[in-house]
Amino acid sequence: MPPGIQFRDVSFRIPARGSSPDRLLLDSISFTIDEGSTTAILGRSGSGKTTLLRTVNRMVDATSGEVFVAARNVRDADLIALRRGIGYVIQETGLFPHFSIERNVGVVLEAEGRGKTERRRRSNELLTAVGLDPDSFAARSPNQLSGGQRQRVGLARALAAEPGILLMDEPFGALDPLTRAEMQDMLRALLARLHKTVLLVTHDLDEALYLADRIVLLDQGRLVANLPPEEFLRSTEPEIVSYVRAFHRGERLARGEHQAANTGGPA
Amino acid sequence: MTGFLSQYGSEITTLTFEHLWLTGAAILAAVAIAVPTGIALTRAPQWAKPVIGVANILQTIPSLALFGFLLPLPWLGERAARIAIVALTAYALLPILRNTYTGIRGIDPAVLEVARALGLTGRQRLFMVELPLAASFILAGLRTATVTCVGIATIAAAVGAGGLGELIFRGVASVDNRLVLAGAIPAALLALAADAALGLLERWFKAPA
Repeated sequence: MPPGIQFRDVSFRIPARGSSPDRLLLDSISFTIDEGSTTAILGRSGSGKTTLLRTVNRMVDATSGEVFVAARNVRDADLIALRRGIGYVIQETGLFPHFSIERNVGVVLEAEGRGKTERRRRSNELLTAVGLDPDSFAARSPNQLSGGQRQRVGLARALAAEPGILLMDEPFGALDPLTRAEMQDMLRALLARLHKTVLLVTHDLDEALYLADRIVLLDQGRLVANLPPEEFLRSTEPEIVSYVRAFHRGERLARGEHQAANTGGPA
Repeated sequence: MTGFLSQYGSEITTLTFEHLWLTGAAILAAVAIAVPTGIALTRAPQWAKPVIGVANILQTIPSLALFGFLLPLPWLGERAARIAIVALTAYALLPILRNTYTGIRGIDPAVLEVARALGLTGRQRLFMVELPLAASFILAGLRTATVTCVGIATIAAAVGAGGLGELIFRGVASVDNRLVLAGAIPAALLALAADAALGLLERWFKAPA
């Protein structure tokens, strides 16, 4: 069973600096992510989504409150071991430009001192799993790949050391809609097979509905909702309603539902 | 001409090697100081400005004056070669230091972020990611430093440190242009050779893996 994640009263405050006052980026967030489930975090830019995600592998430390991974406070864990046990995928991919694709995928195994044969085998396995033919991709350099292909490599790299948890920060945000849909299909199939605990930050409601078991909505650092997709869509909470309405406006307009095109926010 | 060469040939060779030794030792010392310092500055960027500023000031001291300043110092003053190496090291610091710092600071932040998030240790990040990605920058600094030092090393002869400058100074004193050229031409060739060799190395590092 992959580990679960628990946030307990997690706050994150940026202290005042010069003329800018202090800012509360996360405001007492508490919720639990069950083992093996996928949770999407939605919210406006600046609502604290990425910061919350980054408290899990301690890329930032919560200024108060606790984060637990597998019922263990992340502060008590060995930092390197904690991070190696958590896959990390970001929109910019951050592939190492001077490494071949194969070396990129195997980098965590390399950091752990595993042998070349094992790294190669694992890299071939994972490239295949994310839909890239190892024979044609393993030796290439990241700059020879398209955005979607790079994102696949980023995912393969995150999975290489068999982490129980996968943190994904807008992984497909920079891709065109068709490529994004392909990536979502690939990820969905992969997750159904691999059974990971996933935290997915996204701007895209459709992506959240398609991939997640639960949807968390953040607004100005506060947790507004933590619901299964179908309940999220049906919710009458004003903040959720306005978020949901912000999507598919064009579609509704084209169907002639003019009124519905309004987000319902203040006029 | 052949007479000149047969008279001075062996001396030119000896002085060329001396020149190489002075420059080489200074560059090695400068790398040993500037690369770690540059790396340290990327960890504490608030220090970058003052520290690079000091290296900058060193660079502005006229070389003849710097040789002169070092002359009365204990231990250093005993051997002219020591003075020369210390002074040349001081001149080589800035380009290497600055390029090490900017080279590492210029790495795509997403790459560094992922290296950290995937659990690479500080040492692994340095040797697997930062130094390889900054290598072409660091080499470019090394190249500038080397070419500068080969030139400045000719002035080391003024304090008796030897090197090709000795022929130049003697040529100037005796108004013998052949002697001046006997020092200047090998010095220029050394500089060009160092520039070309380090340029090749730099390009090799810049090429995508």
